[in-house]
Amino acid sequence: MATKQIIHGIFGDEVPLSEACKKLRASGIRIADVFTPFPVHGIDPIVGLPRTRIAICAFIYGITGLALATLMMWYMMIHDWPNDIGGKPNWSYYFNIPAFIPISFEATVFCAAHGMSLTYLLRCMLVPGAHPKNPDPRTTDDKFMIYLELNDEQSKKADEILRSTGAEEVNYKGTITIEPKY
Amino acid sequence: MNTDKLNFVVPAKAKMTSFVLMGLGLISIICMFIFDVAPEGDHHYQHTRAWANIFAGSFFFMAIALGAAFFLGLQYAAESGWSTSVKRIIEAVTWYLPWGLSFLMLIFILGQLHMHSIYPWMTEGIADTASPNYDAVIAGKIGYFGAFWWIRTILYMVAWVFFTWKLRKNSLDADSLGHEEAKGFHWKNVKLSAWFMVVFAVSSSTSAWDWLMSIDTHWFSTMMGWYVFSGMWVSALITITILVVWLKKLGYLEFVTESTVHDLGKWMFAISFLWTYLYFSQFMLIWYADIPEEVTYFHTRWESYKALMWTVLFVNFAFPMIMLMSRDSKRNFFFLIFVGTIIFVGHYLDMIMIVMPGTVGHNWTGLSWMELGNFLFFLGLFIYVVLHNLSKRPLRVKNHPFIDESIHHSY
Repeated sequence: MATKQIIHGIFGDEVPLSEACKKLRASGIRIADVFTPFPVHGIDPIVGLPRTRIAICAFIYGITGLALATLMMWYMMIHDWPNDIGGKPNWSYYFNIPAFIPISFEATVFCAAHGMSLTYLLRCMLVPGAHPKNPDPRTTDDKFMIYLELNDEQSKKADEILRSTGAEEVNYKGTITIEPKY
Repeated sequence: MNTDKLNFVVPAKAKMTSFVLMGLGLISIICMFIFDVAPEGDHHYQHTRAWANIFAGSFFFMAIALGAAFFLGLQYAAESGWSTSVKRIIEAVTWYLPWGLSFLMLIFILGQLHMHSIYPWMTEGIADTASPNYDAVIAGKIGYFGAFWWIRTILYMVAWVFFTWKLRKNSLDADSLGHEEAKGFHWKNVKLSAWFMVVFAVSSSTSAWDWLMSIDTHWFSTMMGWYVFSGMWVSALITITILVVWLKKLGYLEFVTESTVHDLGKWMFAISFLWTYLYFSQFMLIWYADIPEEVTYFHTRWESYKALMWTVLFVNFAFPMIMLMSRDSKRNFFFLIFVGTIIFVGHYLDMIMIVMPGTVGHNWTGLSWMELGNFLFFLGLFIYVVLHNLSKRPLRVKNHPFIDESIHHSY
């Protein structure tokens, strides 16, 4: 069982925030999270977030959409009820493929886009009825925050780094107890 | 920052390469006229394949300069910041435009003098019922050709050269002034670009109809203009990307961030899709409707150019899609040059696909040294002219309001 101190480092701009993140990480402190009012380009590797895997999801959803669309069109247009449209009898999928390409494309994009959105929302637990998890509402307006959960020894070091890089406030928000999982 | 590296000096090796390419190309062009003989029984054959090749080469490289001019104007009109650090490279590419247009003008004049038969509607007596050359379909359209065609052609050329020249001039003038006075030049360019976009929107489509679609005079397609435009745009982007990467490898352009190169890669990727979209849209509508006067275009291509047609589609669509999809590949310089070069050649083959079936037609025997040699000549000239333009001005714009944003562009 470990008791950890919760620290909010509040900044007025994204540049000192990035600077502080770099220094914290260089001294071996793990940054739990960062809250900013707008997306800060290039912050991910500085905070130490792993590369997003949403692109892999998008690819899988896209392939799924393509497969579903192909199956649907094959069943409707070729297998179940072949029509003769504009002198082009639907005897085989291969010979009428130009007609099927727009729908394949649309279904691929549809599934990839919706799949990505839903994955994102579920992964962040942004479901209906979810409680806002923002610890300081000022970060939705004009403040930038580094959120830390540290033991006593690291807290002192972090406090120093935060103040030296230009933090406007360093707030101690009590402690949390983390149960070992094993 | 190393200030010495702001002025580009053409490396002797690059100059030599461009001369060797031009030399080889020139020999090939001469040989082309000697070896390109009429098929048996055809007495009207006027070295059609040789002329069609020269026309394809002239148009393709002119189109790159024009596409770059459009892209330059687009950056001003959209007031985008990211591209400012590579603005001088775009400007250098645009100024091949007078060269490319001169070649085209020469070909048009020679066509009007009946030296070659690229344009069927230029044939003598084509609208004269008493003449053996009479063609009822072309006679019905002849009002659009002839003098009216020449007026349009001259108007496009004058307008494009004027806008490009003025954009480049304002950009250079701004550099010689103080920071405050220079702002005026930037706004001048924004306004000028807005007009250029309007003029270009109309003239890029109509010039493609006039110069490329009228090769197949009987045939028509409103998609043709955008199809040609997307091809020229992506070729221009490839050229710019390759130049930027090459210059970075030589040690220039330290101020161009990796993110800017990544963005250029994204453009290459995106516009490859635009090209495919327009190519396929044109094809599918014609395929679906199946009207005889429309399908002739693809019929000729399907009969005599099948392998080339599939190659063009694969190289210009599937290849960039697979190769440039991931983020890492767009940030890998070797990858960008490798993929870019291949799509560049792919778009030249696309130009061959546009020009050849209407001129050489069923006498086509496949790609040969003629296409290669001709391509090398225009490539050599293009490299020489662009590098020469590049060495004329500092590589970094000085007083552009977005230059600072561009230098710090990163994500």
